[in-house]
Amino acid sequence: MATKIVYSPLPGIFYRRPAPDEPPYVRENDTCAEGDVIGLIEVMKSFHEVNSVVSGKVTKFLVENEATVIAGQPLVELEA
Amino acid sequence: MSIRVLGSGLATSVQDLGRPGYYHLGIPISGAMDRYALRVANMLVGNSEDAAVLETVFLGPELEFTEDAVVAVTGAQLPPKVDGVQRETWTAFSVKSGQTLSFDFLQHGARAYIAVSGGIDVPLALGSRSTYTLGALGGLAGRNLQSGDELHTGISQGKVGNTRRSVPDKFKRLPDSPACLRVIPGLYWHRLQEQSGQRFFAETWKVATEADRIGYRFRGGSPLDFVEREQPFGAGSDPSNIVDSCYPYGSIQVPGGTEPIVLHRDAVSGGGYFMLGTVISTDMDYIGQLQPNMEVQFMPVDMETALSARRDRKAMLDEVRRLVS
Repeated sequence: MATKIVYSPLPGIFYRRPAPDEPPYVRENDTCAEGDVIGLIEVMKSFHEVNSVVSGKVTKFLVENEATVIAGQPLVELEA
Repeated sequence: MSIRVLGSGLATSVQDLGRPGYYHLGIPISGAMDRYALRVANMLVGNSEDAAVLETVFLGPELEFTEDAVVAVTGAQLPPKVDGVQRETWTAFSVKSGQTLSFDFLQHGARAYIAVSGGIDVPLALGSRSTYTLGALGGLAGRNLQSGDELHTGISQGKVGNTRRSVPDKFKRLPDSPACLRVIPGLYWHRLQEQSGQRFFAETWKVATEADRIGYRFRGGSPLDFVEREQPFGAGSDPSNIVDSCYPYGSIQVPGGTEPIVLHRDAVSGGGYFMLGTVISTDMDYIGQLQPNMEVQFMPVDMETALSARRDRKAMLDEVRRLVS
């Protein structure tokens, strides 16, 4: 088992759900496949999907929902 | 064909120095948000300074070259990689046919300029190759790049780029933090109560996420207080409304008196919001390099200071020209 990190590709606001009244894309302890959407970054009036870099189990979210993030900031920790 | 777009990035477009002369008809000036960086990128690869390049914001594209080329990336610190091997920014490097140019995470700034020897060759639209996406004008089919696009390069106008060309650190221009944007108060400045105007310059503002080629929005400061008046015929009822007027490039409008917006290269040319002044042209390049949430302070200056800043910037470009050519 190796720990992998998904980094934010962009500066902006990080969202864990597709819309305020919908459930989060993934929760801690969920498993996800490589390429699955784990959150959104809002910048320049548009939303950009953040995809998982590996298949594995989500162990920890490193930022809160609606947090301000910078490019290259660690968002999620996974066990692959 | 010489460049195949494998990944488009967030919003990558073809830009040159812009399309002046049509703003009165509602067609914005467009062109690079950071024109200094565009000029230096072109110098580094041996192009004429007004050649078209790719402007990319926050997230770089992935480009496969099908011909040998000299490339330089300036502006934001967005580290380029050739077949996965990192290259320096603000430095010319060669990309061979078959190699792929990609980018690491953004480190500083917002917009990088990717100049390719020969320039990006798209048809001229009203005298410019710049992309104006809202009007679907210029660039590649009037839009941002998409995966699968193919770009052509022109015939290099200048000397063939020397791949060791670089510029010293002091010429790698990026805004400080907090960024200082110099403003000439004017236009509808008289609509503000004096204290409110002073507070606007004293407070620290932050770049909002609604910041793009059209305009940059700021928040975090206090709402403005207007001089009371009976709104003239044709102006809306809000005190921040005026009878429609022309909007200059760099003008600062404050809809509702709450969040200032600096109009940038792809801005609308007129409307009914009051403007409290104009960011000086030298500092407009800095705005193009601001990331959301960065702190900004506006500083009032007079025309003499603005013109002297413009002369200094010209002198700086002359020095880069001497160093690079």
